[in-house]
Amino acid sequence: MPLKILVTVKRVEDPESKIKVKPDGTGIVTDGVNYKMNPFDEIGVEEALRLKEKHGGEVVVASIGGDKSITEIRSALAMGADRGVLLKHEGALDPLLVSALFQKLTEQEKPDLVLLGKQSIDDDQNQTGQILAERLAWAQATFASKKESLESEAEQKKQPGLVLSADGKKMQVVREVDGGVETLEVSLPAVVTVDLRLNKPRFASLPGIMKAKKKEVKEIATASLGVELQPKVVVKKLFEPPKRAGGAKVADVPELWKKLHEEAKVV
Amino acid sequence: MSNVLVLAEQSHGKLKKATLAAMGAAQQLAKRTGGQVVGLVMGKGVQAAADEMASYGLTVRLADAPVLEHYLAESWTPVVAEAAKAAGATWIVAAATAFGKDLLPRAAARLGAATATEVLSLSGDGANVLLKRPMWAGNVIAEVELATPVKAFTIRPTEFAPAQKAGGGSVTAQPVAVDAGSLKTRFVEFQEVKSERPELTEARVVVAGGRGTKGDFKELEGLADDLGAAVGASRAAVDAGWVPNDWQVGQTGKVVAPELYIAAGISGAIQHVAGMKGAKVIVAINKDPEAPIFQIADYGLVGDLFKAIPELREKVKSGK
Repeated sequence: MPLKILVTVKRVEDPESKIKVKPDGTGIVTDGVNYKMNPFDEIGVEEALRLKEKHGGEVVVASIGGDKSITEIRSALAMGADRGVLLKHEGALDPLLVSALFQKLTEQEKPDLVLLGKQSIDDDQNQTGQILAERLAWAQATFASKKESLESEAEQKKQPGLVLSADGKKMQVVREVDGGVETLEVSLPAVVTVDLRLNKPRFASLPGIMKAKKKEVKEIATASLGVELQPKVVVKKLFEPPKRAGGAKVADVPELWKKLHEEAKVV
Repeated sequence: MSNVLVLAEQSHGKLKKATLAAMGAAQQLAKRTGGQVVGLVMGKGVQAAADEMASYGLTVRLADAPVLEHYLAESWTPVVAEAAKAAGATWIVAAATAFGKDLLPRAAARLGAATATEVLSLSGDGANVLLKRPMWAGNVIAEVELATPVKAFTIRPTEFAPAQKAGGGSVTAQPVAVDAGSLKTRFVEFQEVKSERPELTEARVVVAGGRGTKGDFKELEGLADDLGAAVGASRAAVDAGWVPNDWQVGQTGKVVAPELYIAAGISGAIQHVAGMKGAKVIVAINKDPEAPIFQIADYGLVGDLFKAIPELREKVKSGK
């Protein structure tokens, strides 16, 4: 049973970048900061590609943002996604808005599965997939993982962690939750958000990068989608957290023990 | 009315400690809004958890029904929405656990409510309550306003004092109108990681290992047991399959704030530090003197963890 999968990607600050807040607290300093695809979204793209490789179908990659977000769509196309959609938007967004826009796109594209990263590493909200599932009245399975480790044979063989039923109508999802792992079965269409241990994303090959340049990327203005574009999670001010004073060294274990025992009194 | 609905999470009939922190946050919020705190316990056969919640002075709504036996966002969302309406709640609070993160954004969306996640603190009064939450792996703190009539947030349990026992609580039934046959999600199984150790997020001491352990956690686990501690890990150790997923401490794993955090063979990537920098005392043991973990450690020991940990265990055992 071929699967049509919509997978979302967000352009975010490179997680290795040093993030500094502007002195007036209105945003972060973007000079010298590199951008890339949200790492969780890379895992979503990889899973979509593995599902397509196993079952056939189509992988559509979507992003919301300015012109530069096309870079992240092209990255996903270079990994192997079939075509892209950029919902062109300038200005602030929040998870309610992002999910409303993806709902409109989902209604147009009618995928069997929407895959999203469980959170983006800039806002760290971890909400969009859950709200999208609610808006669509679909099943949701967040924090998708798998029981095998990322060093396992199943991972070496690039097997998808999401398991499609024989009739192609349901999918089993292993979830990382507190105190263990849970398995859910969702009826398709469904929304699944992915966690770190689902897979190791592939690197784009050179031919993949060349092919990606010719793949279709449709642009849709968010203003045309009939969504009120007013964020409801309003950021008033940003600031940097207090710095932790550290850096002291001890020479050996006896000194460490003495400090913990007599100075910090924690053991 | 600007009442506050707080969602309970229970395990084996007892409220989770994270829920007590969420109740503490809800009480703090109710003082600011002038409303009452109402608890919501959902599940099957969970009267004991409802009674426990009421013993903190809360009016508790108990949604007890066979269809709620296993938690599913899809089936619990309508119950939260109905309970919020019945309770006259304009705020909904839960702890930022896997459960709260999964459920609250969906349940809030049912009510058209905006949600803030991982909230660290509250400020302001009345309709002008503002929330502080971390962004960019805790490198930035944002002050946010929720501009919807009903508002929701998850709290980071380490940042709020737990609720205290009080009289005046009560339990009333919350009707459940969920049709099991219409659900699109089915619970299949839960594989619990059983452990005699304290929960990572609740432990007084955490001993954590990273890439430097090369997969050998034996001495670290021994030290943890000597200290009555929980064991944590960096993403590298979990990704390698050396230890269970739910040991991961960091931006996307567990956030801990123990009295003592011992990081052995962990370099200290910002994503890991985001999950443990709230510890009172941080010890770092690492062979690499340049490892970033030393910048935040109160006591840094440059050396081989396979020598240092057994030596430390001797000290712990002898007490001197």
